[in-house]
Amino acid sequence: MKEDYKGPVEYSIEIAVETIEILLKDDYGLSRRAIALLLLQDDREIREMVKRKEPGALGKIDDILNEAKSHYINPITYELALERQNAVKAITARVVKVKKGNAPFREKLSRLTMNPLTGLPILFFVLYWGLYKFVGQFGAGTVVNFLEGTIFEKYLNPFITGIFTKIVPWEVLRDLFVGEYGLITLGFRYAVALILPLVTFFFIVFSIIEDTGYLPRLAMLIDRVFKKIGLSGRAVIPMVLGLGCDTMATMVTRTLPTKRERIISTMLLALAVPCSAQLGVILALLEGKPRAMFIWAGTVVLIFLFVGYLTAKLLPGERPSFYMEIPPLRLPKLSNVLTKTYVRVKWYFKEVLPLFLTASVLIWFGQLTGLFNIFINILKKPVKLIGLPPEAASVFLFGFFRRDYGAAGLYDLTKRGYLDGVELVVACVALTLFLPCIAQFLMNVRERGWKMGFGISAFILFFSFSAAYILNFILTKTGVAL
Amino acid sequence: MPLTEGAEEILETLWIELKERKKPSCNPGILKDKDNLSKLVDLGYVNIVERAATLTHSGSEEARSCVRRHRLAERLFVDILYVKKGMVHDTSCKFEHLLHKGLDDNICTLLGHPKTCPHGRPIPEGKCCRDIKALPGKIIMPLSELAVNKKAKISYLHTENRSALQKIIVMGALPNIEISLVQRFPTYVFQIGKSQFAIDRELASCIFVRLI
Repeated sequence: MKEDYKGPVEYSIEIAVETIEILLKDDYGLSRRAIALLLLQDDREIREMVKRKEPGALGKIDDILNEAKSHYINPITYELALERQNAVKAITARVVKVKKGNAPFREKLSRLTMNPLTGLPILFFVLYWGLYKFVGQFGAGTVVNFLEGTIFEKYLNPFITGIFTKIVPWEVLRDLFVGEYGLITLGFRYAVALILPLVTFFFIVFSIIEDTGYLPRLAMLIDRVFKKIGLSGRAVIPMVLGLGCDTMATMVTRTLPTKRERIISTMLLALAVPCSAQLGVILALLEGKPRAMFIWAGTVVLIFLFVGYLTAKLLPGERPSFYMEIPPLRLPKLSNVLTKTYVRVKWYFKEVLPLFLTASVLIWFGQLTGLFNIFINILKKPVKLIGLPPEAASVFLFGFFRRDYGAAGLYDLTKRGYLDGVELVVACVALTLFLPCIAQFLMNVRERGWKMGFGISAFILFFSFSAAYILNFILTKTGVAL
Repeated sequence: MPLTEGAEEILETLWIELKERKKPSCNPGILKDKDNLSKLVDLGYVNIVERAATLTHSGSEEARSCVRRHRLAERLFVDILYVKKGMVHDTSCKFEHLLHKGLDDNICTLLGHPKTCPHGRPIPEGKCCRDIKALPGKIIMPLSELAVNKKAKISYLHTENRSALQKIIVMGALPNIEISLVQRFPTYVFQIGKSQFAIDRELASCIFVRLI
């Protein structure tokens, strides 16, 4: 046997590559050899490209591909990977030296984040300081209050309203722009003064977490639990993003590999993942009532798992599989974090601002035609059913359009003594589960289509009240004092 | 009386045609060795009716055993003895003939009850595979059974699922690569060179490794 004899295996790949190279005439911007190799690996895009450019050659190429494939039991991708591996080994063996040493500190820390015993407390620490303290208290509290309360309400809104009052004589049209729910006074203000800072702060934290390499570790910690609800550890990224903004997180579900995973995660985001605006309000309402907070959190987590489990059972499809590189832990670079945050906020704004403006127009229309009062009357029944005073109906409707408004309604009700501890917890659970804001609804429709978007909303409408009803029943029967 | 090498070849061909390719019968024309074929008919292993050969019950038992021994021999040569791929088939044909009943189970146990031959064809299960699914001290085992921090080398990948295979390839988990497990719970984390990857149990059980 000659030294350079490659054997029948490698031989037929090489022959196939060379024959395909001769058949290809057009210019592909890549070498013909690369195109041939990609065709052998069943690359769909390249196949489409060849089909477009040289439909005549495709028949002959397919013959060669089938001939080559018939020589192997393993896919050709696999055979090529083996070849590549050998080539890489031969090169690195000559030029790379590996120093041996003890596991450095970062490796030890990495193990701690991946061990459930230490990893879960670390996760709690990250969530508490990153999300609750920084995004929730500082971003949503201090910064939003300044932007919204001072800049918009004191200076900008009166100024712009003044201009419109002077130049637009029709009240209806004026309301569309500067009224209580106007395009500028509500839609634009809401997007710029409330969502923009919230999302910016959230993205800063998210970029830091991302750049340290923590996310894959979180994904691996949670994979087992997520498998039970038809998702893989990978879905942890949209879920964590959802704690910032569900609308954006729904957009990010695009990165999940199967349609089934995308549907399940869209559903769970809409139902049981509270966004930072919701979280801020609810945490403020339940402050100082640790037991109520515990019941609220426990119920929402249980529902998240329960509905996920059911959806996974009902939806047909392949079980997701999980694989992810665990990069070494690194200290994030400030410039990278800032660039990423900037790019993301810009992208987010471009996608979401139109949705908020649409919402403003819808509210204006609802007020103008009296549709809102009809909806509030319809909502009063289920609201009574879950043990809340009928005044809470408007909280739910407005919550759908304007979280802060809905929340303010809840504050008022609590202050005036309409709500006791149990009612407050029930209201918080219902509001968390209830239809997401209108922007997210529009996003669901855009990403998942009309049928799925409406289907999910109808289910949530029914489910949120049912769950609140059951919770109210249990809490009143057991006589828990909150 | 043990069968001749030629007769065993015929049984294997019939097994592949009838059981694996699911053909109702086989044209005896492709079985060139007429002497051995008629011997198998005499032994009651093969029926030939109107130019269509089928296996009898005892014939398919015998054929199954031949296929099993042949493919186990291939695995042995490739994984343990590092015989060059091009030479595996011929050597295995001879070796299989020497692997008498009972001995195949010993080899099978030694190899960790492999599911496929190096060409990816299924190895029929033996008594040993059914009896002792988790025998300790196996030489070859799925990555999901490797102990943490033990060094091993990947022997082969086995999965019917193409996309799973693709994922494993992308991570660089290929035969003859050194691999070790960093942790097993809640998810498997393995290390190859300087890289670490997290994979679930399903993927981890597609990668078969040999301790080093």
